[in-house]
Amino acid sequence: MFPVLLSEWIKVRTVRSTFITLLLTFVVTVGLGAVVCAVLASTWNTQPASERADFDATGASFSGIALGQLALIVFAVLVVTSEYSSGMIRATLGAVPQRLTLMLAKVLTVVGLVGVVSVLTAFISFFLGQALLGSHRTSLSDPGVTRAVFGMAVYMTLLALLSVGVAFIVRRPIPALAILMPFFFLVSPILNAVPKVKNVAHFFPDVAGRQLYSVHGNTDVPYGPTAGFFIVLAWSVGCVVIGYLLFARRDA
Amino acid sequence: MIEVNELTKRYGDKLAVDHLSFTIPQGVVTGFLGPNGAGKSTTMRMLLDLDRPTSGSVRIDGKHYGQLREPLKYIGALLEAKAVHPGRTAYNHLLWLAASNRIPTRRVDEVLALVGLTAVAKKRSGGFSLGMGQRLGIAAALLGDPKILMFDEPVNGLDPEGILWVRNLMKSLAAEGRTVFVSSHLMSEMALTAEHLIVIGRGRLLADMPMNQFIDQNSRSFVRLRTPQPEQLLDMLSRNGMTALQDRDGGWEVENGDMARIGDLAAEHRVTLHELSPQRASLEEAFMRMTAESVEYHTGGSGTGAPAQQDPKPEPAAAWGANWKKES
Ligand SMILES: Nc1ncnc2c1ncn2[C@@H]1O[C@H](COP(=O)(O)OP(=O)(O)OP(=O)(O)O)[C@@H](O)[C@H]1O
Ligand SMILES: [Mg+2]
Repeated sequence: MFPVLLSEWIKVRTVRSTFITLLLTFVVTVGLGAVVCAVLASTWNTQPASERADFDATGASFSGIALGQLALIVFAVLVVTSEYSSGMIRATLGAVPQRLTLMLAKVLTVVGLVGVVSVLTAFISFFLGQALLGSHRTSLSDPGVTRAVFGMAVYMTLLALLSVGVAFIVRRPIPALAILMPFFFLVSPILNAVPKVKNVAHFFPDVAGRQLYSVHGNTDVPYGPTAGFFIVLAWSVGCVVIGYLLFARRDA
Repeated sequence: MIEVNELTKRYGDKLAVDHLSFTIPQGVVTGFLGPNGAGKSTTMRMLLDLDRPTSGSVRIDGKHYGQLREPLKYIGALLEAKAVHPGRTAYNHLLWLAASNRIPTRRVDEVLALVGLTAVAKKRSGGFSLGMGQRLGIAAALLGDPKILMFDEPVNGLDPEGILWVRNLMKSLAAEGRTVFVSSHLMSEMALTAEHLIVIGRGRLLADMPMNQFIDQNSRSFVRLRTPQPEQLLDMLSRNGMTALQDRDGGWEVENGDMARIGDLAAEHRVTLHELSPQRASLEEAFMRMTAESVEYHTGGSGTGAPAQQDPKPEPAAAWGANWKKES
């Protein structure tokens, strides 16, 4: 297992797309979060009272993830699909024919790397956002805040895992991105605004993730952060398991 | 030893490999021949467990490929399609391969030098020419110093110098006692390198025999004659116990004829000859005849017309070499 893990790590660190996509994830998430916080702070007095009452300073500093997650999805999808689009998957399986071992190594590599990037992104987004919020800020010692910040890192990592699973199912980069990006950026937010449908859409991974990384959470959504974590986990593990089952029996 | 047993692969309606059984002999170059679409690449992918057989099995020293630990140390393969990420350097491509099978890193530099890519080792492989890509694929196959090597059309896209290099490489690998299994659709190329021959067509086994046996069975020699007096010629030949068959363009062929004797007889009988030449049907022709019924895609018309050669009995290999140059 260790040699395969090392080999997967070499693969990931020797292509430019890794740096570009992960840097973009970090910059967009932190940057957009900072802009949102700065704008909120300067327009605080014009905000409606109800907004001000249940203002979630932690969630506000994580606003950037709505866009930042797209770059993260691209990273995770490319780790898998570039093997197929370049034909390299045949070299990979020639070297490591044990497909379960191979997939585990890929998953662990992605989880490890994205885990580190996510923790950095979560904490820096948080501290920068709070600094910009000025007097409306919160701190890690307030109830639920530390959980929400780590929740952010966990959500990002699980999102990468989910994308790896989908990439193994779909194999080609464009279709995989064409499923994932609109889903997280458009479909889920829209369906969550439609009455009735939203009862189902509330269980989508991005909504569950938001419960995980905000302090107050969305009161419309019928579950809290712990359930949110398990819902995102179920989506990710589900996609990876389906991906593995297909990967194990398909021709490379 | 690689044993293929009743191997079958179906893609939808298409039967790509059809109950194929053969054993690849150890320590020699085995040519794996077949026209386009015969199922060579598919068979090779199944040997590596990349494509799963519909039925049948492959055993490598009794084991399934998936049971091999660190398979690169055991069997190295160059497959048809490029298997390299264009954004990664040649060195890094070999580095991850080496890491996966616990091959020492210094071996990466060794194989790069061996295939002549040292100068471009730190360049992205996306910019490589076809020939450089092929060399990188060969470097990857050699990385684990395996005792079995498998090459799918390794000379594709190479210039004459590259072809010569690959040919010599295969021979030297076999001389070191390694098993080399190489596919091609050119009989003439194989005749130069392979000691054993496996021919398939439409996924079925057509021949499995030592190269020289194939040559003995399939290289026909004859004398070609041309004359403005065909009746006299035929009469003269038949009275001397020889028969002639007319060929496609009006000449006559005498199977296993003695050229000097025919010349003498013609002078004696005052038969004018416009041509008297020794001929040898090329192996390419024999191969095409063998696979004629199984060819997947005919190119309009001219099909099997590999020209018979002017061959005043030189060393066979040299003659086929000349033939190969004309065709490639
Ligand atoms: N993945 C696939 N899906 C569907 N059909 C396939 C697939 N791979 C191969 N085939 C078909 O199987 C047959 C055998 O193909 P294969 O590539 O093995 O032939 P080949 O002998 O390697 O030919 P060539 O000399 O052109 O490389 C062909 O008819 C091909 O179209
Ligand atoms: Mg082929």
